[in-house]
Amino acid sequence: MALALSPALRAQAFAQGNVLNYTPPRKVVAKPGAAVDSALPLDLRSGYHVNSNMPSDDYLIPLRLTWNPGPLEAAGFSFPKPEMGKYSFSEKPLSVYTGEFQIVTHFKAAANAEPGPKTLTGKLRYQACNSSMCLPPKTLDVSLQVEIVK
Amino acid sequence: MSRIQVAAVSSALLLFLAGCSHPPRDLKTEAQRQNAPNFTLKDADGNPVHLTDYRGKVVLVNFWATWCGPCEVEIPWFVEFEQKYKDQGFAVLGLSMDDDGWKSVRPYIASHKINYRVMIASEVVSQQFGDIEALPTSFVLDRQGRIATNHVGLVDKRDYQNEILKLLEVPKTAAVRDAVVDVGAGPLAGLTGAGVRAGQRP
Repeated sequence: MALALSPALRAQAFAQGNVLNYTPPRKVVAKPGAAVDSALPLDLRSGYHVNSNMPSDDYLIPLRLTWNPGPLEAAGFSFPKPEMGKYSFSEKPLSVYTGEFQIVTHFKAAANAEPGPKTLTGKLRYQACNSSMCLPPKTLDVSLQVEIVK
Repeated sequence: MSRIQVAAVSSALLLFLAGCSHPPRDLKTEAQRQNAPNFTLKDADGNPVHLTDYRGKVVLVNFWATWCGPCEVEIPWFVEFEQKYKDQGFAVLGLSMDDDGWKSVRPYIASHKINYRVMIASEVVSQQFGDIEALPTSFVLDRQGRIATNHVGLVDKRDYQNEILKLLEVPKTAAVRDAVVDVGAGPLAGLTGAGVRAGQRP
């Protein structure tokens, strides 16, 4: 028997399901062996925060971006400087992101990358809370259009 | 009545009201209460935890996770409630939503000195309770195993306390014994999620 929560409560719960959205990053053009950066713009729903890539406590789930093997290899990431947010449920400030921010991936094109259009896929894992509750960790599929040129 | 007298009476009234216990949130009426879905989750020792075993008790079913800050605020309250009201027929059941299960939950139970039973909630159990999407989410069950109220998100400790006390006022003997739906032959049949007994058995 499934419990019937009130329609308003259910709608609230479902609406909260995905509070972090990303804008598809701009297409990247790279020569084989070249280094290139790509920014992933993110937009978090007002009132929510996500843990930064380096949360304040071990038990908190960090923001993490990973890219699958492809024509570009992620050589590093630049996360924005986190906010030290103060929340009623935590005695100490938490290292978080809110609102609009972006993660920059520093790629290197494979030396033997074949010229032509490609799609690089990856995953963005995050865990969001507001001042009174938390949502389960979520993983978003992200993609990047890549053009390898000679 | 002089202004001074009015002011004195008003002040006394305000002080009296401020001193009163936090007013209880509205518990559902008897007619509004739905039976809580039963679940069976095994504890770390392999002992099954059936919600139906708690029939006759007031039960707080708390969905939580180790990564949930607001949940961490409530846990000491629940530890206190368990200790304070256990003898009156009250129990807390903690259902963790941690993806990595006991790897995270076991150390947390130890570090937070949790004195009530904790289990790992399965997807099925989460769905049975209305698809738990936000944590903490808690259900307060009356002695008949019916949901008297539920809370999504962090609420005032006094809300819980008042609800528990209100429900404990109903004597065990008055509780209907067969109100909890036993889904042993239903979709939960054979469910064998892992669990640990951090507190006493019912």
